[in-house]
Amino acid sequence: MTANTTPTEDVVPTETPSSTPRSSEANWSKPVDRLALGTVPTRAMNLNVEGRRLVGPVQGFGQLWQKRYRVRLEGAEATPEQVISTWKSEFGTFWPKGNSFYGPLTGIAPGDVALLNLAAPGGQTLSTGVLVIYADDESFTFMTPEGHMFAAWITFSAFLDDLTPVVQIEVLLRANDPLYEVSMALFGHRQENAFWMATLHNLATRFGVEATATLEQTCVDRKRQWKNARNIRHNAAIRSAAWTATHPRHWFRHTGEA
Amino acid sequence: MTTGTTTVEVRQLSPGASAIEISGDVTAASEGPLMDAYASASGTGAKVIILDFGRLDYMNSGGIGLLVTLLVRVQRQGQRLMAVALSEHYRQILALTRLDEAIAIHATAADALAAAGS
Repeated sequence: MTANTTPTEDVVPTETPSSTPRSSEANWSKPVDRLALGTVPTRAMNLNVEGRRLVGPVQGFGQLWQKRYRVRLEGAEATPEQVISTWKSEFGTFWPKGNSFYGPLTGIAPGDVALLNLAAPGGQTLSTGVLVIYADDESFTFMTPEGHMFAAWITFSAFLDDLTPVVQIEVLLRANDPLYEVSMALFGHRQENAFWMATLHNLATRFGVEATATLEQTCVDRKRQWKNARNIRHNAAIRSAAWTATHPRHWFRHTGEA
Repeated sequence: MTTGTTTVEVRQLSPGASAIEISGDVTAASEGPLMDAYASASGTGAKVIILDFGRLDYMNSGGIGLLVTLLVRVQRQGQRLMAVALSEHYRQILALTRLDEAIAIHATAADALAAAGS
């Protein structure tokens, strides 16, 4: 693993796949004002998604980070399209244990909303979600709602490098509020990096490859956007913890299956 | 400046405003030419940077991410970033991603200049 954790003024140099698939209107979600969830399993903690607005780096609070996780599928004969197709259809199964992704059974398509139940410190579960804003045959992108840890865009892609499939997760994020920003400094970055690197490891294993993911991360903007400090009123961690405290039956439930 | 299918040209519209005219595609691969164009536009002392998307063919999510990087740089320099000549589809994408809350959108460069008072 290579990591550059020192904030710098400029973005990390981009090594972009040479063949970028062309998009059409069908690849993008229609405009969404407020998120609406479909049916979710009764075992899931369904909080902090319905009725929430999307937030991106403009609406977030903390420093702006660009993170790029990659793994090379050495020896795998899969095309980028095959990798992305598998990833879309089995997305949650690649997540580390203790985290659940409740998306449409049909896979991942523009406009889809998914509920996330994430393992949080202290054995808590954090309920939040994502919207699929973009998807094509070689990539797809999530955007997060109010209350999520991050105001972020997360792009999952695959491409060929010297005939070897390379899988990439690129995240552009700001912590959504001051509490999350403090958490990021204490343990959040480490936890986030471990999460996605484990996900890439599991995806590589799915294609018969034992490989360790790499990480490049750069602080694109050191400034915190104090005008957005009030985002804390939507904080999904606080709301999830409060809900759990008032629902004793949930204390003994585990949503670890992805 | 050209790379792949991205072409950008810088045009000074007034003493305080420059336009970056974008042709072709905007993807993550467009970072080099777009940032070079921004440096050139800023070099004229512009306080208003106008992105002209009149000849944009397509933009994917990587291109949207690039606009955020550009926005950070523009704000760091105390400048304003505006966009003109966007198709309805790309107006919707800037609304979806809520980039339109930070990048003012106008129909034409003349409208943008009038709004900026430049």
